[in-house]
Amino acid sequence: MDSSAPGSDVIIHCRDLHKSFPDGRGGITAALAGVSLEVRRGLMVALVGPDGAGKTTLIRLIMGLMPTDTGDVTVLGNNIIQHPHAAESDVSYMPQKFGLYEDLTVQENLDLYADLHGVSAADRKTRYPELFAMTNLGRFTKRLAGRLSGGMKQKLGLACALVQSPQLLILDEPTVGVDPVSRQELWAILLNLVKTRSLTLLISTPYLEEAEYCNHAVVMYQGRILTEGSPQDVANHARGRTFRITTPPAIKPRQLVATLLESSLIADAVPEGGDVRLVLKADAPGVAGIPEAVNAVEIKPQLSDGFMVLLRQAVAKTQTAGIASAVNGPSAHSRSESGGTPTVQAATISGQSAAHAPINATTNGEKPVVQVHDLVRRFGDFIAVNHVNFDIRKGEIFGLLGPNGAGKSTTFRMLCGLLPLTSGTLRVAGYDLRHARASARQAVGYVAQKFSLYSQLSVQENLAFFASAYGLRGIRRKQRVQWAIAEFDLANLLSNITGGIPDGFKRRLAMACALLHEPAILFLDEPTSGVDPLARREFWQRITAMADQGVTVVVTTHFMEEAEYCDRMVIMMNGRVLAGGTPTEIRTLAMTPDKRDATIEDAFIHVVMEEQKAGLKASAAA
Amino acid sequence: MSHKAKFGKMRRIIAMSKKEARQMMRDPSSIALGIVLPLLLILLFGYGLSLDAHHVPVAVVMEDHSPSAQSVFGAFAGSRYFQPRAVNSMVQANRLLTAGTVDGIIRMRHNFSRNLRAGHANIQFTTNSIDANRARLIENYASGVVSGWLAQRELTHGQQYYQPVTIQQQIWFNRSMDSRYFLVPGLLVLIMTLIGALMTALVVAREWERGTFESLFATPVQPGEIVISKIIPYFCLGMVGLAVAVTAARILFQVPIRGSLPVLILVSALYLLVALGMGLLISTRTKNQFIASQAALLLTFLPAMMLSGFIFDIRSMPPAIQAITYVLPARYFVALLQTLFLAGDIWSVILPNAAVLVLMAIIFLGLTRRLTVKRLA
Amino acid sequence: MNILLRILALIRKELIAIFKDPRSRFVVLGPPILQMIIFGYAGTFDLNHVPYVLVDQSHSSESARFISRMNGSGIFTCVGSAGNIQLARPILDSRRTLLIIQIPQHFQRDLSTGRQAQVQVIADGRNSNTAALAIGYLNEILNEFNADFLSSHSGGTPPPAVLHIRSWFNPDLLSRWQIVPAMIGLITMLAVMILTAMSVAREREQGTFDQLLVTPFTPLEIMAGKSIPPILVGLGQSAVIFFIVRYWFQVPYYGTAAAIILIFVIFIFAAAGLGLLVSSISSTMQQALLGTFVLVMPCALLSGLATPVSNMPKAVQDITLINPLRYDVQAAREAFLQGADVHQLLPELIPMAIIAVVSLLTASWLFRRIH
Repeated sequence: MDSSAPGSDVIIHCRDLHKSFPDGRGGITAALAGVSLEVRRGLMVALVGPDGAGKTTLIRLIMGLMPTDTGDVTVLGNNIIQHPHAAESDVSYMPQKFGLYEDLTVQENLDLYADLHGVSAADRKTRYPELFAMTNLGRFTKRLAGRLSGGMKQKLGLACALVQSPQLLILDEPTVGVDPVSRQELWAILLNLVKTRSLTLLISTPYLEEAEYCNHAVVMYQGRILTEGSPQDVANHARGRTFRITTPPAIKPRQLVATLLESSLIADAVPEGGDVRLVLKADAPGVAGIPEAVNAVEIKPQLSDGFMVLLRQAVAKTQTAGIASAVNGPSAHSRSESGGTPTVQAATISGQSAAHAPINATTNGEKPVVQVHDLVRRFGDFIAVNHVNFDIRKGEIFGLLGPNGAGKSTTFRMLCGLLPLTSGTLRVAGYDLRHARASARQAVGYVAQKFSLYSQLSVQENLAFFASAYGLRGIRRKQRVQWAIAEFDLANLLSNITGGIPDGFKRRLAMACALLHEPAILFLDEPTSGVDPLARREFWQRITAMADQGVTVVVTTHFMEEAEYCDRMVIMMNGRVLAGGTPTEIRTLAMTPDKRDATIEDAFIHVVMEEQKAGLKASAAA
Repeated sequence: MSHKAKFGKMRRIIAMSKKEARQMMRDPSSIALGIVLPLLLILLFGYGLSLDAHHVPVAVVMEDHSPSAQSVFGAFAGSRYFQPRAVNSMVQANRLLTAGTVDGIIRMRHNFSRNLRAGHANIQFTTNSIDANRARLIENYASGVVSGWLAQRELTHGQQYYQPVTIQQQIWFNRSMDSRYFLVPGLLVLIMTLIGALMTALVVAREWERGTFESLFATPVQPGEIVISKIIPYFCLGMVGLAVAVTAARILFQVPIRGSLPVLILVSALYLLVALGMGLLISTRTKNQFIASQAALLLTFLPAMMLSGFIFDIRSMPPAIQAITYVLPARYFVALLQTLFLAGDIWSVILPNAAVLVLMAIIFLGLTRRLTVKRLA
Repeated sequence: MNILLRILALIRKELIAIFKDPRSRFVVLGPPILQMIIFGYAGTFDLNHVPYVLVDQSHSSESARFISRMNGSGIFTCVGSAGNIQLARPILDSRRTLLIIQIPQHFQRDLSTGRQAQVQVIADGRNSNTAALAIGYLNEILNEFNADFLSSHSGGTPPPAVLHIRSWFNPDLLSRWQIVPAMIGLITMLAVMILTAMSVAREREQGTFDQLLVTPFTPLEIMAGKSIPPILVGLGQSAVIFFIVRYWFQVPYYGTAAAIILIFVIFIFAAAGLGLLVSSISSTMQQALLGTFVLVMPCALLSGLATPVSNMPKAVQDITLINPLRYDVQAAREAFLQGADVHQLLPELIPMAIIAVVSLLTASWLFRRIH
């Protein structure tokens, strides 16, 4: 329309956007509370923030897919409030979960979007080969989109968005549920696109570190922009406050993290490379007041460190405003009970010293609680789990890592007795749970990914139901329910309908229900996906405490950095175990003489690459 | 509209319809609803269901063995409606009737032939009327058999029996009173409702549930184009269903089509549009496949079955229920179908009923179009 | 003991889930009662209103007498008159009348001279059942007219024999009495199957099913916990609908209390078994709903509810032997109208029980195989 208007290199302009939704309990929640934003031509802008920060709502308002409550949006000079679809022929958009028709083939999806965007036959002749070359989808044109892996879906979604040549490309969480290798490939594609075409890119991601690929990062939290600027600017909020602490030999990094997080001076503490990364709050005087941090070494902050500093500030502000939120850490009561004695279990630590021990090694002569030997699971001619082996010891936190579709969920379901095995053997606490008598299941607690609670029942009724399900009676039943209510801070919600309580509390209730019968082994499926970073810290603090009490914890996650909390882990992809061992052992895989500080993610990418190379060689030899 | 814009519009509609058709053919639940169930219904209605009784088993208690009593028995035995069997006593006959082994008892009292000569004989006929409709039918058949027997007797005895008034009846449009003649055309209502309303109730909701609308809304496709392209494939499937059902009616079940085929096709297409409108409207409103299918069942299919006049005549319903039927499109379609199949092109039926359907199509499709906006939430 | 407590916990949980939410509470009670009342009124073959067009070419006192007898029946209503049948035809064509009744010119003359007079009746056969009924009513009126006439006039030999009809169990041949008791089964079958099929599918969809499976519940306990609440709800519905049938529609109930209770219980077990079968092969609530629909539809058509089973071809009749609703429809009619006791209902109760047992066993086998 009026691209000659002043400031024509401003592609997106948002002013003071507000948007609220009914919260299903009669009230409303603000998804956006006054967001103003400018995106300039040719930039790559990352919209980062945890789930529920308002990223998707903001993107939908920019796309004209939703009316705003108040505020203005201008895209490519078009007033989107008045003409929601005015810019659509110059903007391409890929929604969450890629917006593909899963029952159409790759080619049919591509053709559909080409037709809808009015791409001529001549243009298609040049565009299609380009897109296929970019995405490596050329071989799969006849495959149904629903049968592609997460990474391939993501690329197909991108290809569909790029059948026209847009001025502006908007991608909503394109990297969620996708393996690290595919994520890396996507960023490579995007960087190249911005370089070669005059394209402006707005991309949202819950992975803070991905913002580092972009020129500009907009950090969102609870409907507001916490800060924006270059990734370096954001990181600088933690400058001079980011430290590395070497873990004392007697304890595990996650135990040190749990202790550190007790301190009111600390914005963040996470295990990293066997050490602990520590970020101080903005108002903390220094590391001096923290006894555990005596050997702290200041390091270069990252974007996520800056984010945590800002986040703690924001939370403190809402708290002083008197709004208690589910985001807070566990209650002081549970903290002192659980996290306080990190050294008790030190004797059982063994992994660190035996750097190259095989995954199945049993130390201390103790029998493993979980034994998996040569496990195979087929669905038709598809091998979901392909000859998998590992053992899990008592009191361990064991991670099953891998992208969606790697086979970790299938393995996990077989462990829990939810799925029969095709072949191999599997023992959990001495039983195959699938055929075990009811009593064997008493040893196991399970929390599914979508907190499996009865949403129509009240909190109290859920607790009562699961107590009965596990056959708790009399005094013990009373004690355990009391314990769960106290431990998970549920006292004020007992008569609320579970469907209506905040997600943070749902997650707590799910944990409470799974722990009522004091299981020896706790299975957690993707417990941290879709969880805000503060709640994630809280969660790991709790898990650490439980492991310290001797509970064995088996957890699946697609957050590679969370592997640092595990004692040992296996990394899976395409149904096979690519690597296994302690975090240190895993990291070593990716270390080279010039790269000493490899992360688990680096290691993962490294192993996948090796794997692909080996596969190529094998097929060449054959 | 410029030529180029028109071209783009056509291309988008074709692309979207193609997509819709592919999804339809690849979805097992649409195969079940759109193909398996209609075929099952055709077979059931064509071969299975009938309101007409044949070879009704009746017990005959012959307390009188005279030739005249025997000839009554013979008349029943000779009728294609009855299958009489002689039993020894009323006690036994009653037992058979109560157990449902026979549907009626013919009792020839011991004084039958004496009374017959005296001119006041009774043939006692008892039915089990827990199925009242069938009982009434059987009783009518029995009257017919007795009239026939009397007529025969007039001939053989050279006597004229005097009945002051007799009825000479003609059943127009369905001379042989075959209930299949009205059940099979009515079947079209069910099939069209199934394909038109129940299947499409899922298609918009599915796009909401799977999040595909979001990326569709970001393209230049217009809301009207979305609606049209959802109609086209299901309309085609509905017309295929119509063709199959009409062919089956005509060839397998020998139901006559006395009206003109083009008119039949036209009004069926019209009803299909109404059904599509209802299905899409439900789907657009609910945005949830589960609620949509429940609503479609309750609001479209069950009323089409029970309240359309297809099995149960609307004239028999109390006024309040009759009032409800006026808002049901199926009612108008049933009237059209029964007329076009059995009576012919009677414009005084076709025009008003078709006009109501046109109005309803406009309302439902119009509302769907209005409610389809390229907006989330 | 522990098993019982666990199953009780499951049942309690299901019942809370059904009755806590006002919407689902309504779904359990609202539609069945509404369906019963609406379809109870709609589902009748009886005609209480037969419109006719009169073509009175006689214009005589006898024709007037005949017409007034017809109008006096309360069933026949004259909606118009015409000079001849051709003129009346469009009224019938456009469905504004069901009958054309022509009284010929020499009607009175024939009657007075002792000749047989004829009334011509033309019926709209587009719904042949309605046409047959209307003519049947007309015949009854005619018979009364003839009897009256013969008693006041002499002449001619009346037919030496007449058919004397008695209808047992439903002397007025009210088709509502036949349909409404049978609908109790259809309505509760739909509700019980949907509730059973959905309660499993809902847990699958919400992910709570896995949670159940990792608890010490055995598959059989889960099945019991899943089927008992819908069975209880179904029994409650049956009771409510029974009273609607009995006191709203005024259908007499002559059977024993044990008979009707046994019919309901066995039939609802069979319905729950079928519901579990559907649920074991459907993974979403929508599939469960459509699966139930695809199964209930032929069951309803082949039950004898609207069209009698005995009118079906032999092969189709054989298929109905596995249809629990067929037995329920028959048994309910016998219990209501015929006053059947448990012993007399055994031919229906036993097959129904077999179907219940087989479907429950198959469902539990499928259940174990899948989980």
